[in-house]
Amino acid sequence: MTQIKMHLLVCGGTGCRSSHSELVAKALNESLANHGLDAEAKVVSTGCFGFCEKGPIVKVVPDNTFYVQVNPDDAEEIVKEHVLKGRKVQRLLYLDPEKEKTVSDDRHMTFYKKQIRIALRNCGFIDPENIDEYIARDGYSALAKCLTEFTPQQVIDIIKKSGLRGRGGGGFPTGLKWEITSRVQADQKYVICNADEGDPGAFMDRSILEGDPHSVIEAMAINGYCTGASKGLVYIRAEYPLAIKRLQIAIDQARKYGLLGENIFGTGFNFDIELRYGAGAFVCGEETALIHSMEGKRGEPTFKPPFPSEHGYLGKPSNVNNVETYANVPVIILKGPEWFASIGTEKSKGTKVFALAGKVNNVGLIEVPMGITLREVIFEIGGGIKGGKEFKAVQTGGPSGGCLTARHLDTPIDYDNLLAAGSMMGSGGMIVMDEDDCMVSIAKFYLEFTVEESCGKCSPCRIGNKRLHEILEKICKGEGTMEDLEKLKNLSQVIKDTSLCGLGQTSPNPVLSTLENFWDEYVEHVVDKKCRAGVCKSLMKYTIDQEACVGCTACARACPVNAISGERKQPHTINQSICIKCGACMEKCKFNAVLLQ
Amino acid sequence: MKEEIRRILEKSSRGGADTLMPVLQEIQAIEGYLSPEIISEVSKYMGIAENRIYSIASFYDQFSFVPRGRKHIRVCSGTACHVNGSEAVVQEINKQLGIKAGQKTKDGWFSLEVVQCMGACSLGPVVEINGKHYDHINPEKIRNIIVALREEGEEI
Repeated sequence: MTQIKMHLLVCGGTGCRSSHSELVAKALNESLANHGLDAEAKVVSTGCFGFCEKGPIVKVVPDNTFYVQVNPDDAEEIVKEHVLKGRKVQRLLYLDPEKEKTVSDDRHMTFYKKQIRIALRNCGFIDPENIDEYIARDGYSALAKCLTEFTPQQVIDIIKKSGLRGRGGGGFPTGLKWEITSRVQADQKYVICNADEGDPGAFMDRSILEGDPHSVIEAMAINGYCTGASKGLVYIRAEYPLAIKRLQIAIDQARKYGLLGENIFGTGFNFDIELRYGAGAFVCGEETALIHSMEGKRGEPTFKPPFPSEHGYLGKPSNVNNVETYANVPVIILKGPEWFASIGTEKSKGTKVFALAGKVNNVGLIEVPMGITLREVIFEIGGGIKGGKEFKAVQTGGPSGGCLTARHLDTPIDYDNLLAAGSMMGSGGMIVMDEDDCMVSIAKFYLEFTVEESCGKCSPCRIGNKRLHEILEKICKGEGTMEDLEKLKNLSQVIKDTSLCGLGQTSPNPVLSTLENFWDEYVEHVVDKKCRAGVCKSLMKYTIDQEACVGCTACARACPVNAISGERKQPHTINQSICIKCGACMEKCKFNAVLLQ
Repeated sequence: MKEEIRRILEKSSRGGADTLMPVLQEIQAIEGYLSPEIISEVSKYMGIAENRIYSIASFYDQFSFVPRGRKHIRVCSGTACHVNGSEAVVQEINKQLGIKAGQKTKDGWFSLEVVQCMGACSLGPVVEINGKHYDHINPEKIRNIIVALREEGEEI
């Protein structure tokens, strides 16, 4: 029997699949077969590697060669050179922009060097559609250990001792939540996994479910054992078809192996999982709203207490945790709470997965120890700002978070520091912005989202956010006053203090944090009627450079409101009182004579 | 009524109120939207008042009450896509097709939806058309895509 000597791991995450990684896998398979190597080398479609910027990615193990931006046409060369002759294909290796030399081993790439992958431990390493590969990586042994060696309370104590806090954003101590649910007496309890990732700019839960669905299933079963629940429910976004498919495959395989169902490991413990699809409402990330949605109602939140731990799905005690929180659990059981607690800061233990996006060179999914600084994340892992522009702000926590600025770059990232800086951890979106982004406009953008997603149940959120948005719109149009800035501050505070749920209580954060950190920019909009980033169109003026203009009349013909006048072959001018700032003239001008200031 | 819709409805009559959403999701996946006739049928089969079904379905972005175009264009307006210029992409589509978000072209070929984050932030701005993702889209790229899709329409 020939033995498989080499594995070609092809990223099958949504990012790489969009750039046709499936075709790469197919081409590799065909090429291996053509060369008669299919018994020695195997192509595995894995979950996300995280380095989405350079996808599609192919990694060859055991020698850890990391190929980037691989095309289906490259497959033949990889097989002929690397698999057959053991020679790395130099032109497909990652080029370190700083040292200007290629790096073949991902462990030496700046993108990976500072990362510690716990929740993402199997993403990009195993085939998520094959339970055997998960088991080969100690999968389900944490569940076995819990069921056979520990009492439920002992498991809860381990989680409590590890210091794990909810990764969905709130940061509530996970062990404590489990303990509360376990102590309530009821004939039926539920384990719920919140996979309704609705934050714009966040895709960590999706990547975990696509890359390592069994880790979530295993952790939910462990939770079921601790809390006395026999039923698990995953509330997952319907917009994540690949994650749904892989999770369903994983559940079916686990059932087949007896890892879900009745009498698991012969211990008499019963547990099974069902999927429920979210229908696209951001507020359903809030646990009471999520539960109402699962019950087939409008996803409106209710006042807490009672907490879902006591009164949850169908009125029964329900433990709700987020995908990433669950993904940490099996490792904590196997490696011990001390190991986990040794990573991170005093009050925030372990790691956090961030979706790094926006104006940064290395866009992707990263997992870093708590306590790392924003500078390390953006400038080392992220490789700095795109196009050599200047860093302006980083937004964390999505619509509930805030914009941090250059003076926060050396703040260690953890729950409490981000909160103190006026932002929050949130689920882990991290959007980097540069000098071309207008912070007033960004605040308006988030408010647009909140206004759209507010469920309308309580008036501070429903009406207050709408008013905030109107004031911001006024400022962006150049009609704002200094009094409006005061109003923004006061109204924001009222909304925060009086809203019913987390959505309203945090929705003014983007406004408050930009007011705090970019006050000058607001004042410029209001007093000088200027937008330094050139985003707020009403504050901009199109003019024609009299020297560059040759009088070709292209702009005058393109102008929909006839604001441009001038004789043929003579420089033209724009009548500012008529101009609607559509930019058609600029688009048409072949001589770069139309300027935007 | 299509046979598969009837099957969903018959199955639904046995479920409780908590199965309403999956039923509506299944129907929308087949029909592309929820018509007044369908909602009336669901109401009869499940014993849930029509106004209640509307109350629930209208709460969620996923449900549409108007039919979509043959080519349904979804533009992501998540933060990452936004800072990389998704708004210009939407404006270009407005200009090219003469439709706004939530509308359909007169020939029924194109419809446009602007959605919150699709979770493909590293590829932004992202556009999805009938399940296919297009990455790093700018006004020029979307113009070419529309031209190509329009030709497809003319062939048929």
